[in-house]
This record gives sequence, C-alpha cells and structure tokens, in this order.
Amino acid sequence: MASSIYFCLLRTVFLVCFVNPLIQGLSGDVNLVKDHRDQLGNNLTGLPIVTFDWHHVQTPFQVIIWVFVAGLAKLSVIELNHHVINVIPESGLLIMMGFILGGIVWGADKAQTFKLLPPTFFFYLLPQIILDASYFMPNKLFFSNLGSILIYAIFGTCWNAATVGLSLWGCHEAGVMGNLDIGLLQFLLFGSLIAAVDPVAVIAVFEEVHVNEVLFILVFGESLLNDGVTVVLYNVFDAFVALGGPRIDAVEISKGIFSFVVVAFGGSFLGIVFAILLSLLTRCTKHIQIIEAGFIFVVGYLAYLTADMLSLSAILSVTFCGICCQKYVNANMDEKSVTTVRHAMKVLANGSETMIFVFLGVTAIDTEIWVWNTGFILLTLLFIFIYRIIGVFLLTLMLNKFRLVPIEFIDQVVMSYGGLRGAVAYGLAAMLDQDKIPEKNPILSTTLIVVYFTVILQGITMKPLVQWLKVKRAAHSDLKLIEKVNNRAFDHILAAVEDICGRIGDNWWTRGWNRFEENYISWLLMKPKARKNRDYLFSIFHKLNLEDAVNYVSEGERQGSLAFIRSDEAANVDFKKQFDSEFTDVMPDIMVDVSNYELGIEKFSVTSIIKDTIPSVSLDIHGQDRKNAMDDINANHLLQQHLYRSRKNHRHKYSRSDFGINQSENEVQEIFQRTMRSRLESFKTAKMGVSPAKKITKHHKKELTHKMANGHPEGTGHLYGDEENPVVFPDMDTSTHNSLPWLMETDAVAPSQRAQWHLPWTPNRLRRLAPMRISTYSTDSFLMADLEEHEEKPQTDHE
Amino acid sequence: MGTSQSGPVHRFQDLAHKTGFSIEEIKTLNTRFLYLTQDEDTLRREHLANVSDLALNPIRRQIIEAFFDKRNMGEKERGCLQEIGFEEFVTVLSFFRPPKPHTADEEMKNIKKEKLRFLFNMHDTDNDGIITLDEYRCVVEELLSSYEIIGAETAKAITDAAMLEVANVTVGQMAPDEFYEGITFEQFMQILKDVEIETKMNIHFWNLDTMTVQCGK
Repeated sequence: MASSIYFCLLRTVFLVCFVNPLIQGLSGDVNLVKDHRDQLGNNLTGLPIVTFDWHHVQTPFQVIIWVFVAGLAKLSVIELNHHVINVIPESGLLIMMGFILGGIVWGADKAQTFKLLPPTFFFYLLPQIILDASYFMPNKLFFSNLGSILIYAIFGTCWNAATVGLSLWGCHEAGVMGNLDIGLLQFLLFGSLIAAVDPVAVIAVFEEVHVNEVLFILVFGESLLNDGVTVVLYNVFDAFVALGGPRIDAVEISKGIFSFVVVAFGGSFLGIVFAILLSLLTRCTKHIQIIEAGFIFVVGYLAYLTADMLSLSAILSVTFCGICCQKYVNANMDEKSVTTVRHAMKVLANGSETMIFVFLGVTAIDTEIWVWNTGFILLTLLFIFIYRIIGVFLLTLMLNKFRLVPIEFIDQVVMSYGGLRGAVAYGLAAMLDQDKIPEKNPILSTTLIVVYFTVILQGITMKPLVQWLKVKRAAHSDLKLIEKVNNRAFDHILAAVEDICGRIGDNWWTRGWNRFEENYISWLLMKPKARKNRDYLFSIFHKLNLEDAVNYVSEGERQGSLAFIRSDEAANVDFKKQFDSEFTDVMPDIMVDVSNYELGIEKFSVTSIIKDTIPSVSLDIHGQDRKNAMDDINANHLLQQHLYRSRKNHRHKYSRSDFGINQSENEVQEIFQRTMRSRLESFKTAKMGVSPAKKITKHHKKELTHKMANGHPEGTGHLYGDEENPVVFPDMDTSTHNSLPWLMETDAVAPSQRAQWHLPWTPNRLRRLAPMRISTYSTDSFLMADLEEHEEKPQTDHE
Repeated sequence: MGTSQSGPVHRFQDLAHKTGFSIEEIKTLNTRFLYLTQDEDTLRREHLANVSDLALNPIRRQIIEAFFDKRNMGEKERGCLQEIGFEEFVTVLSFFRPPKPHTADEEMKNIKKEKLRFLFNMHDTDNDGIITLDEYRCVVEELLSSYEIIGAETAKAITDAAMLEVANVTVGQMAPDEFYEGITFEQFMQILKDVEIETKMNIHFWNLDTMTVQCGK
C-alpha cells in the first residue's frame, strides 16, 4: 500500500513539475507568442527540424494532464490496502488525494493555479453523470415511488432551505457568528444552495453500501428531482438579493412560486421532448449502426444545454430524457450499440465522478478562499443535520398514511443520514457574485467544509451504520424465471381484483398507461421489429438462451477440446440427406433471434453481445469415421441444438449459394419455434415418462461452474438457483460416450441443459453428453463424468 | 324483514371479525357486491364476466375460478362452487388485504402463507396439490396470450425452463429413476420466499368509493 501511494505521488509530482514551468510560461505569454512567431518569421536562419511550442497546445494539454492525473489518482486509490477502502468510501479517498495534489500544486506555484470552475463542472463534468444515472434508472421502481420522491424532493428541500437559512440568520442576529455582513436574503440564498441532496455524492456512497432498493430509489430519486427546486430557489433568492430587500413584495414572491412550476415542469417536459427525438432517431438509424450509440450522448447533452439556456432545470431535463428514452433506445438499437452505450456511459460517468472529487480536493488548497468562521461553519453543520432528520421524519409520517408499503423507521434514519451534499452545492456557491455578496468567501469555505464533512465522514460511517441498524439490504440474486412469471401474474391478478372491486387504483392507472403506451407510443417510437419482440417474458427467455450459448462455447474454448474449426462444408447438409424428415424436425437450426444483429459474412458471434468475439465455427465431421455417423450426427445435432450456430451452416441449409444473412425474420422465428417445440417434446417425454426407455437424471449444473470458472461475476449465476442444484435431464447410454468425436478426450464440453433435453430422441447408444461438474476444477468433472454409471456424484460446493 | 336492519350489521361484524376488514370496508364491498350481482343474493360467473375491464386481462379465467374455488373458502373440500354469497366474496378478497402496520412476525408469516396458498390454488386447477407442467403451461400461455407473435412453442419452452428452475432449487439431488412430478406447495413457498408477497399482493380497500363503484362500470 505504501509503495503504491508513493509511486502515485511520484507520478503526480513528476507530472506537476513538468507542467508547472510550462504554466509559469503563462506569465508574459503574449510576448512569448509573438516572439515565437517573429522568430519563425524574421529570424529564421535555418530549417528548424523540431520546435518546442508549448502555447500551441497549452489548453488541451493542461486539460488532458489533469484528466490523466485524476485517473491516476483513482488508480492509486483502488490499489490501496483494501482495509482502508472498506472503511473510507472511494469518494472520500479521492478527495483526500485531491488534497495532496492540491498541496503539490500549491507548493510548486505558491498559488492555486488550478481551480474547479463552475462552468467546467456544470457543463463538462455533471451532465454525463446525470445521464448515466437516468439511463440506468429502474423505471418501474422509480415511477411507483414517484409520489414519495416528489414529496421529499419538493417539500423536503424547501423545508431544509427555509429552516437552515432562517436559523442561521437568527443566530447571526444573536451575534454568534461574529462580524459577517450577511443579510436575511443572503442567508436564505445560502440555505437554498446547501439544502439540496447531491446525486453524485449519493451515488458514490450508496453504491458501496447496497441498501434495499426502495430506500435507495427514494434517496436517489430525491437527489435528482430536487434540482428543480434548488435551481428555482437559488435563482429566486439570487434575484432577490440583487433587487434588494425593499423591492420584494407579494408580486415578486408569487412570481417566484410560479417560476418553480415553470422551471420544474418545463425542464421535465424538455427532457421528454428530447427523449422522443432520440427514440425516433434510433428508430431510423439501422444503416448507421456504427455511430448510433453516439446519438445518446449528443442528444442527452443537448437536452442539458437547452434547458440551461432557457433557465429551466437542466438536471431534470437530462433525467427525464434518460428515463423516458431507455426503453425505446434499447429496443431499437443494435445489441452491439446497446452494449457500447452502456459501457461508454459508465466510463464517462465514472471518470467524471472521479474528476469531480479529485478537483474538489484540489480546490481546497487555496489560501485565498478560506475564511474560517467557526460559528458559521459549526452552526451550518448542526442545522443541516437536525433539520434533515426532522424533515424526513415529518414527511414520512404523512406519507406512510398513503403508501401501500410503509417506510420503516430504520429506513428513515438512513434516509436522513444519507442527505449528502456535494459538488453541486460547491458549484452554486462558487457561482455567487462577489459584488452582490461581499461575504462570498466565508460562504464558499463553509460549503466546502460541509461537502467534505458529509462525503468523508458520513460516507465512512454510512456502512457501519447500515450494518448496525440491520437495514434491509438489496437482494443479490437475479430473479429466477419463475419469479418473473409470477410477478407478471401478480400484476394481472391485482388488476383483476381491483376491477372486481370496482376500484380505480394504482393498477388501473398502470394498466391504462401500459395499454396506451403499447398501442400508441411504442408504435411511434419503436422499430416494428423491436415491437414484436418486446414481450417481457420472451425477452427474459431470450436472454437466458443467450447466456446458455455463451457459456457453452466459452467452456468449449476453455477446454480446448471442441474441434471447432472453420469449415466450408457443412455436415448438416449430408445430415439432412441421410436422415430426413424425422431428424430435420428434430434438428434445430437453433439460433438466437438474429434479426437484430448485424452479421458479418465471416463472423457470427452471438457472444459478441456479451463477450468478445469468437469466430464462427462449424463442426467438421467429415474427417471422422463414418461408422460413427450416428454418433456424429447426434453430436452434430447436439451442437446444433445450442443456441449458437454457425452462420455458414445455416446458409447451407437454405441455399448453397445464398450468402445472405438471415434475411427473413420469419425464418428465424420458425427456427426458434421449431426448436422450442422439439425441446418441449423431449422434456415432456422425459418427465412424463412416456417412453420408458428414457430415464431422467439430475445433473449438476455445470453452467454455473462454467460461469464461475470463467471468472464471470456472479451476475447471472443465480439464475437457476444455488450451486448444488441439479438439472433435470435425460440420461443416455454410456457406450456411445467414447465414440463421440469431441468427447474422445476426457475433457469435453457439456452442452447446455436445454440441449440435453433433446437427447432422448436419439438412439440409445448416445450417451448422456453432459458430464457432471463435480468440482471447481473443470478437468475433473469431465474426466469422471461418464466413465462410470453413477449419475450422482457428490457435488461440491463452489463459490 | 323485521330483523333486516340488525341482520346485515351483525353479518358485517362477523365478517369483519373473520376477515379483518373494517366495517366501512365491508359495507362498501357489499354495495359493490350488490352492484355486480344486480341485487341478487349470489354471485355467479356470468356476473363477473360483465366487468368490462376484466375482459382484457389475460388470466381472467383463473382469477374468476379462484373466486369460486372451495379451497379458498377455508374449506377442506375441493371443487368449485357455482355461485357464491357475500361471505365468500369477502373471504376471497381478504387475501388481498394489506396487513395491519404492526403485525407480529409470526402472523406475517401466516399471512404470507395464506396468500401463497391462494396463488398456488390458482395454478393448481385439478386440486391435486401439485402444479404440474401442463397446469403451469396454461398459466404461462395465458400470460403471453396477449402477444400474438409468441407461439405456443415459446410458451412451452418458457414453462419448461421455469419448471426446471424449480426442480433445481427445490428438489436437489434426484435419483436416476425419480420423476419430477410438479411443484408442491412447499416448493412453491420456497421459490417465492424472497418475493415479499405480503407487501406486493395487496390492494387498498379503503378508498373504494361507492359512487365510483356504482357508476363506474
């Protein structure tokens, strides 16, 4: 740990020292520029091979250096001893790193030449964080709690601003704060900028804590939506301060209230307009899929800037743009673009967050801005804390009367403790006009202290608090398919019961909205193809299939035993000829619905959606002994049962000369359906014992281990339940095991469980092809699997 | 009809006691009941079919059946009634009552179990205590029936996958000869133990407006 810190420090020192003389060249830069030009123009005696021209690249260079430094800071923070990381949240550590950097710069320059300027923050660092937050917002959760969120955001923020401002003013009048020349209005202005909970800080801290989703969405939603209030209050009080006390009368105040409505709803509306624009755009971008991902960012940023231009709430605009467009954009865009957007969004957001925190730290090391007024600072801290608690509890008391699921006491405690202030407050404070508000520096200092306090101290104590209070944590497992089906059933049941009771309730609105949305909005904003595939359960199933396919192939690659070779001759052509209808029916050209994919001729990769590209393959069985044709066929069709398929094979299937990709969507659907049908039949026969020759066995789930073994995060690992769960699947004869081409070697790949359902169809000679995974060392399982008869090996736990 | 004044009140109080609704809620529900049945004493399936919005619900058949299912009336018998009275109506609806704010954990568990039982009964149409593949497939098909593009095969496939998951989670290791019959109630509970049924499967009864109720549909 120490070494990495030192190393990082060395790096930054180096960078800063390198940059500093260049910065110092700023003084008298004009002359230098001229000199340089003159030099070139007049004094040129010979051809300069290489010239050093700092001013040419100065601005972008400085920007990039600071970005780089921030990135290095994050790297070193992560590399720290993980005990430290567990205690102090990353954001706090970044701020401290910023202190160090600021100290270095200050030490070198004797003045803080680097400041986090409000425009930089508001235009270049904040929008992508908000866009990221809203793009990944769980919409259903958000909207079902929207009422509560709005109450907290609007009334909570107003309450906080008013009480903090007034209390501080009261204390000032009482003389506790010494000689500060701040009037009531200015206190109220200060109250308004310090009252707002900050989304960046909330994400940063709550991300590491994993509280239950309702609590998270309440705090987080509040932090996003309160921007509407903050902007209004800030602007109103700013204007009032400029106007001066005497000119404020009822008209102005009512204008203030009206402006809230305009700003908030206007911002949201603008966001929705841009969301519609974006969805329509993605609907038409089929042929420029390369850059369609960029549109999200561009339009999102446009939404932000447009709202800011019209003095509406920019954060609300971006929030609603992201929230409303996510569904349509994800449906319309190519899967690769969706992935691109996801990752790029995360990179930008994370990077910006890092930079914000580092720069917040750097900005602190500046003797000019610090005016330490103990009374002011301590009182501010005290008041925001107290009034937040009071506000949350009061509002929750009211809300619980109306909510179906009341907010528990413990959640309320966490909510009040989680009212973190962050960079937005700092930005607003830095934007204060020094002339109108002579005491800008104390205000700025106080704001900074408040921000540091909440982010660092409250961040540190949040996790222990959550654990100590036994707050309900977020559920880790993905919902199983059955749960999803049940959830869907619930909605319908509840709606039906409400109908029977004659109640116009939440479900009525939800259903009405869903119907409206399906019929009109989706029609307008979604590509027709996307609309057909948008059933929720279907898409879940689709996703599960994809994952199966990925695991199958990746395990195959890892094992290295699958004879995956490119081949122009597709075995299935022969296959088809030999065993026609019966097997054709059975043989699935299973394919994931590829209608949305842009397939290259040479490469087809389902997994590129999820992982890196793997080349298209086909099983070459021409080289095999034809005596084993039966097994080969089985093997082949086993392989083909997987959801992954070589495109070339597919091509051959339908036409020898047609190079086209699946052009007909119906074709794909038909394939898919045929597969499903065949699978069901096998499952049915297996389960229902229709054909007595087949036995059902349970096998250990190897996908899970595959996933683990591949170093995949647990993500979908729980899809099917826990590790030890076996899989229902039909058993087969042992003798064919050795003759299967790729099972010759003992390590082999297990086909997906679904594929294996199919196996009963095959003649008895075909042995069960899924070796059991009996340990985390994958080689063991395949070794052991089919050599003996016992189906159930002891299954080991694995993590 | 001399006792008609005190009769209903008594009835309501009994019902309130049995099902946990308040007197006002029972009164409102009674009004609704009478509206649905057009002032007859008993509710039949045709009456429920008249509720217009219900026609759009994909699983209305199961839900209507649930109202007439004897098992939900707390009886040990199985089978369906042809018509139900107000008591049964309220009994079925009591499954959707949100639990009172400060219920003990034990009682919450019971409530959860009852709600799950209700759901289970809805799936298990032949009353044998097990949800078999076919029964589950019916449910899934109906759920998906609103989307024409999803063929029956897909529904089957989804059902299979779901059943498979259940088998994984609940049954564990099975001997080669064993047969997976279907989902039993214990397994059902186990799967859905993480879903907070007691909070999700509720609707508010307190704001049933009699005016809306009467002129609503």
